[in-house]
Amino acid sequence: MVFRENMSTVITYIITAVLLGISLAVNKKKTIKALKKAWKAFDNILPQFLAVIMLVGILVTALDPETISDIIGFDSGWLGTALAAIVGSVTLIPGFIAFPTAELLLQNGAGYMQIGAFVSTLMMVGVVTFPVERKFFGTKAAVSRNVIAFFFSFIVAAVIQWVVQ
Amino acid sequence: MKKLMKKYRLFFAVITAMIIITIINVEFGKESLSVTFFSLKEMLSIIPPIFILLGLLDVWVPRKTMVKFMGENSGLKGISIAFIIGSASAGPLYGAFPAAAVFLRKGASFRNVFIFIGAWSTTKIPMFLFEYSALGPQFAITRLLVDIPGIIIIAILLSRLLSQRDKEKILENLPG
Repeated sequence: MVFRENMSTVITYIITAVLLGISLAVNKKKTIKALKKAWKAFDNILPQFLAVIMLVGILVTALDPETISDIIGFDSGWLGTALAAIVGSVTLIPGFIAFPTAELLLQNGAGYMQIGAFVSTLMMVGVVTFPVERKFFGTKAAVSRNVIAFFFSFIVAAVIQWVVQ
Repeated sequence: MKKLMKKYRLFFAVITAMIIITIINVEFGKESLSVTFFSLKEMLSIIPPIFILLGLLDVWVPRKTMVKFMGENSGLKGISIAFIIGSASAGPLYGAFPAAAVFLRKGASFRNVFIFIGAWSTTKIPMFLFEYSALGPQFAITRLLVDIPGIIIIAILLSRLLSQRDKEKILENLPG
C-alpha cells in the first residue's frame, strides 16, 4: 500500500529531473533563476511547514485508531457524524494510515455516514494546516474554505449513507 | 536574529508545547516525536521536487499562457486543467498552497486555483486507488462523484465570497 504513494513520489522525481535537464540544456541562466526562486519559496514557508509537522505528530499520537473509535463511537446518527467530522477536521493523517483506520472503524461497527464524514473532512478541512493556508490566502479565504468544506462533508456523508446502505 | 525569531515564532511555540507534553508524559512525547520524524521524512522527500517544478513553471511559463489556460475566461478548459494538475499531484495538502501562489501570480483565476486546491486535497489518483481497496468501490466512487461537483461549487462560492479588494490584497501579500 505504501508502494503506491511512493510510486507517485518517484514519478514526481523523474518528471522534475527530466524538466530540469531540458531547462538546463536550453538556458542555464534561467534554470539557476528557477532554482533560486524554488529555494526562496521553500525558505519562506519552512517555519510554517515545521510547525505543522510537529502539530501533526502530537495530534496523530493523541488520536490513535482506538481513541478515534471511542470518540466517534457507534452512534450512527447525526451526532456521531458530527463528531466524526470534527475529528477528521483536526487531524491530517497520511492516506496509508487514514484508510486502514477508516476500515478498522467500519469493522468495529461504525456506520458509513460517520466514515464518510471522517474521510471527507480528513482530506478537505485542515485545522492543523491552517497557519500555512492563512499565510497564502489570508484569514477570510482560509476560514471560509475550511468552514464550507466542513459543511459540504455532511452532504458527502449523507449521500454515501444513502448509496452504500 | 530578531527577524528569524519572529519567522519561527509558531515553530518555537509548538516545540515548547512538545517539551511540556514530554515532561508530563514521556511515552506520549516519544511517540509524537517519532510521528514528527516520519512526517519530516515525507516532507523532505516530496517537497523539493514540487518547489523545483514551481520554480521552473515560474520562469518558463509566460503569464499570457497561464491566463489563456487557467485565467478568468478559460471556462471549462481552466476547470479541467485545474482538476487534472491537482489530482495528479503528490504530497500533503500544505504543498498545494505554494503551488496555488505561483498560479495566482501568473494570472490564474481564483476559481480555478480553488478547484486546484480542492482536487489536490480530495481527488488525488493514488489516494483514490487506496480508498477503493480499503473501503470498497461503492464508497470510493460515490465520494468521488459527489466531490467533483462539490469542489467546483465550493470554488465558485469562495471566489464570489471574496471581494475584488480581498483578491487584490491576497495577490499583494502572496509570499515567495
